[in-house]
Amino acid sequence: MSGELTEKILAGDMRTVARLIRDIDDHMPQAREILKELYPHTGKAYVIGITGSPGVGKSTLVDRMIQHLRGRGKTVGVLAVDPTSPFSGGAILGDRIRMQRHSTDEGVFIRSLATRGHFGGLTPSTRGAIAVLDAMGKDYVLVETVGVGQDEVEIVRAAHTTLIVLIPGMGDDIQAIKAGILEVGDVFVINKADREGADKTRQELMMMIEMGKERKSKGGWTPTIYKTEAVRNEGVAELMAGIEAHRDFLFKKDPAILTQFEMDRARMELLDLIKQDVIRTIMDYLEKTGQWEQYLEGLVHKKTDPYSISEMIVDRYLNQCKT
Amino acid sequence: MAGERKLRVLVGKPGLDGHDRGSRIIARTFRDAGFEVVYTGLHQTPEEIVLAAIQEDVDLIGLSSLAGAHLYLFERVAELLKEKGAEDIALIGGGIFPEEDVPKLKAIGYQEIFVPGETLDHIVDWVRAHVKPR
Repeated sequence: MSGELTEKILAGDMRTVARLIRDIDDHMPQAREILKELYPHTGKAYVIGITGSPGVGKSTLVDRMIQHLRGRGKTVGVLAVDPTSPFSGGAILGDRIRMQRHSTDEGVFIRSLATRGHFGGLTPSTRGAIAVLDAMGKDYVLVETVGVGQDEVEIVRAAHTTLIVLIPGMGDDIQAIKAGILEVGDVFVINKADREGADKTRQELMMMIEMGKERKSKGGWTPTIYKTEAVRNEGVAELMAGIEAHRDFLFKKDPAILTQFEMDRARMELLDLIKQDVIRTIMDYLEKTGQWEQYLEGLVHKKTDPYSISEMIVDRYLNQCKT
Repeated sequence: MAGERKLRVLVGKPGLDGHDRGSRIIARTFRDAGFEVVYTGLHQTPEEIVLAAIQEDVDLIGLSSLAGAHLYLFERVAELLKEKGAEDIALIGGGIFPEEDVPKLKAIGYQEIFVPGETLDHIVDWVRAHVKPR
């Protein structure tokens, strides 16, 4: 059964792809089987992450990036993440609105994902969804994170090139020396660059980049800065050339850089998956057996403490790992 | 590791119709009901709506129309879904329609048509009762 679906994915069948991404999102066990079969077929697509605060123009920029890539005959997959309501569990997924010009282009597959309570900018399903779009043959996969603040850096683990989108006048120069999101960008985009303060923002970024040069993180790549006005399609070609320059750096400059990148990515992928699986397996069991409720009551009434419970759980279910 | 399906709904407005207050309120109401709502906004062609619905793997398409072209546009969406082999996606409509059009819309595949005077609670209850995640 899964073999047949795998064939359909590889052939690019839209409905099968859409359904598989849903199954991954909904944690359906059958999705795992197909992902296992697809894994050897992945690794061909170039993955670009687009992150930044809400309202900086990520979706509009993605729209222009699609347009640029389609103009060069490249096929594009897009994953756009929007937040889930912490109260109702529902979500409004509205990123497609900015990408309407591509809705009838069969060379573009756009999928909206809801965070469903996950923090970090992506969803637990994003990596699987990237693999599916990659396996269906898309040349590029663009991943737009939920609007983020300072610390949601998960995208870096999934993308070849990470774009940080800013707008002029966001915070003072202290923001530029803080740790977190600004450290992880390969390419910075100052969007809405017609607004006052674009040059100052650029200077602050340049200073930050200059000071970080010594550290040789990211294989020694020096982050670049581009100014765009996505609404008017200004600066997008230059930005895309900048992304290609980072791609060349990653793939052509020195094999050791690529090896390091791939090892890092594999490490993160496996680590995230193990975390997810171990926690889900234990939680499902504790909830099913009613122990979870008991633990919580014990904590509320101060009969026990969370440290002891956690240690007990590890002792009981993961004892093989303890030597 | 059993999964759980979440209802996914597309809310859109086909055609040249700028009245999006109603569809926004519906989108927000569906969000508050715990559905994942793909909101495609104004001025959609039937082709755009159907391809978006397929790519997003929604269970239900809710179309809004207040500008009079509902018979043509709604029918075209239903036709395209069939053409694409996606008629398992349920259809509902809302807006201002002549009374005699309601049975016509139902005959072309719209399971329910909501007209002025409808309550939001009733719409959500109707969706919960009639549309299950596929």
